[in-house]
Amino acid sequence: MAEPVIKVEQVHKWFGSHQALAGIDLSVMAGERIVVCGPSGSGKSTLVRCMNGLETMNAGKITVNQIDLAGGSAAVEQVRKSVGMVFQQFNLFPHLTVEENLCLAPTRSLGLSQANAQERARKYLERVHIPEQAGKFPLQLSGGQQQRVAIARALCMEPQIMLFDEPTSALDPEMIKEVLDVIAELAADGMTMVCVTHEMGLARAMADRIVFLDEGQIVEEAPPSEFFKAPKSDRTKQFLSRILQH
Amino acid sequence: MSWARQNLFSGWGNTLTTVLIGFVLVWALVPFLDWAVFSADWVGSKRVDCNTGGACWVYVIQRFDQFMYGFYPEAERWRVDVGAVLLMIALMLFFLPRVTGRLALVFLLLALPVGWILLTGQGLGLPAVETRLWGGMMLTVVLTVAGLALAFPVAILLALGRRSSLPVVRISCTAFIELWRGVPLITVLFMASVMLPLFLPDGASVDKLLRALIGVSLFAGAYLAEVIRGGLQAIPRGQYEAAAALGLGYWKTMIYVILPQALRHVIPGLINTVIALFKDTTLVLIIGMFDFLGIIQASLNDQEWLGLAAEGYVFAALVYWSICFGLSRLSINVEQRSGVYRG
Repeated sequence: MAEPVIKVEQVHKWFGSHQALAGIDLSVMAGERIVVCGPSGSGKSTLVRCMNGLETMNAGKITVNQIDLAGGSAAVEQVRKSVGMVFQQFNLFPHLTVEENLCLAPTRSLGLSQANAQERARKYLERVHIPEQAGKFPLQLSGGQQQRVAIARALCMEPQIMLFDEPTSALDPEMIKEVLDVIAELAADGMTMVCVTHEMGLARAMADRIVFLDEGQIVEEAPPSEFFKAPKSDRTKQFLSRILQH
Repeated sequence: MSWARQNLFSGWGNTLTTVLIGFVLVWALVPFLDWAVFSADWVGSKRVDCNTGGACWVYVIQRFDQFMYGFYPEAERWRVDVGAVLLMIALMLFFLPRVTGRLALVFLLLALPVGWILLTGQGLGLPAVETRLWGGMMLTVVLTVAGLALAFPVAILLALGRRSSLPVVRISCTAFIELWRGVPLITVLFMASVMLPLFLPDGASVDKLLRALIGVSLFAGAYLAEVIRGGLQAIPRGQYEAAAALGLGYWKTMIYVILPQALRHVIPGLINTVIALFKDTTLVLIIGMFDFLGIIQASLNDQEWLGLAAEGYVFAALVYWSICFGLSRLSINVEQRSGVYRG
């Protein structure tokens, strides 16, 4: 059997006296699409942020493509070049145009020529359906457009894995769909991804596996059909009854 | 008329205030304008040409070259002019809409060493002009511009260092900033001109202007560092995280993502420090250098032109004000240009 691209082993994380992650074990295989869900404060954001070293863990081990994230800043930078991340708050660089946002890391981090980077930028802006916005500044765009630019920016690094940290939570309801569509398209193309989201529709449609977290522990891990129809734990049932009620 | 009625005479209280302020203005301005303009002497070449009882601008006109160039040899003054033109062009570039800020910055960075070489004459085959001959407005501008050019990189490093996660770096940067901020500029200049030579080995000497420049730039650097740190603190954590997630290291993150934003946030504070430094450079008088104000003050003691302090100081104030006002306009312009991205 092939090695998992992301391997999380017994990861613990404390913020002061609060334990955010309490012994997480998780493997992500190439091409797999994982949705992480759970109530707020359950540690789901912390978990994906540990996967590219934005948070350091207090105990345990995470390897990405066989690279140990505990191996110092060089290892972490190496991992980040193959792992794209999309944030809840977009985090676009407001002083750069959309195109410059997309070209910055490929030229400065991967060493691509400006021309190649611009070509990539065009390609991925088309992929997220906003090629006409290349010359604008991020704050001139709507939230949904900004988030799609953020996805394109991550894709410009041509990562093997994409991490999404609640990508639609900061959006107006009418903009959520345009972003979800882009994510679903990526999933359909076979991108390996780990997505923290409250969008159960997205989870149902694209996930190979749903990971349900509560109080820093994995409570349930199952394919969507099982997860929604026959959840095993009471905590999952309670969670699902609350969020699926309306 | 209706504007005046609405804004100045809209009630008996406002009317009274308007009349009062108007009276004070007339009372103060009329005699001043009469002295400075209407009954002033403009033409002539000697003290005796000033006989109308108004301001004696003849003196300022006669001494104008000295106020500008100090004791810089007359035959070489074109070099100062060329340097001034270079600096003007560099500043103008920031105003032109067609020129990007980056290009203007590159031009400025090239103009600085060229200007310095031109003024000293080293390496160009031009006759060398010793820095003790430099003076007047030229010295004031050199101290400000060169001081800032040296201070700015220092300030950026100090500001970053003070936010570093490495304790040694953070503590030494903080200590450095607090030390220089806690000492008056006069003391710094005294140290630079009197104490520093004592520490140097025998025979080794550093040019007095250079010593003053180092003092001024470290002093300004500490202030600028705190202004820049303020800008760094305004950058949300998400910007650092986004850059990190894209595989950018510390320096690339700072250079391409954080500093361009942070510096834009603090343009008013930066210009504030620049203006303060421009005026503070006049303190070099106490270490025997004659900047713009210093040389005016010195010329007041000239036997031929005694009793013209008012003219000298009014002229100095006018020139300082014009330049500082120009700088603040420049800052507004730079701010507006960089404000595009705010959407």
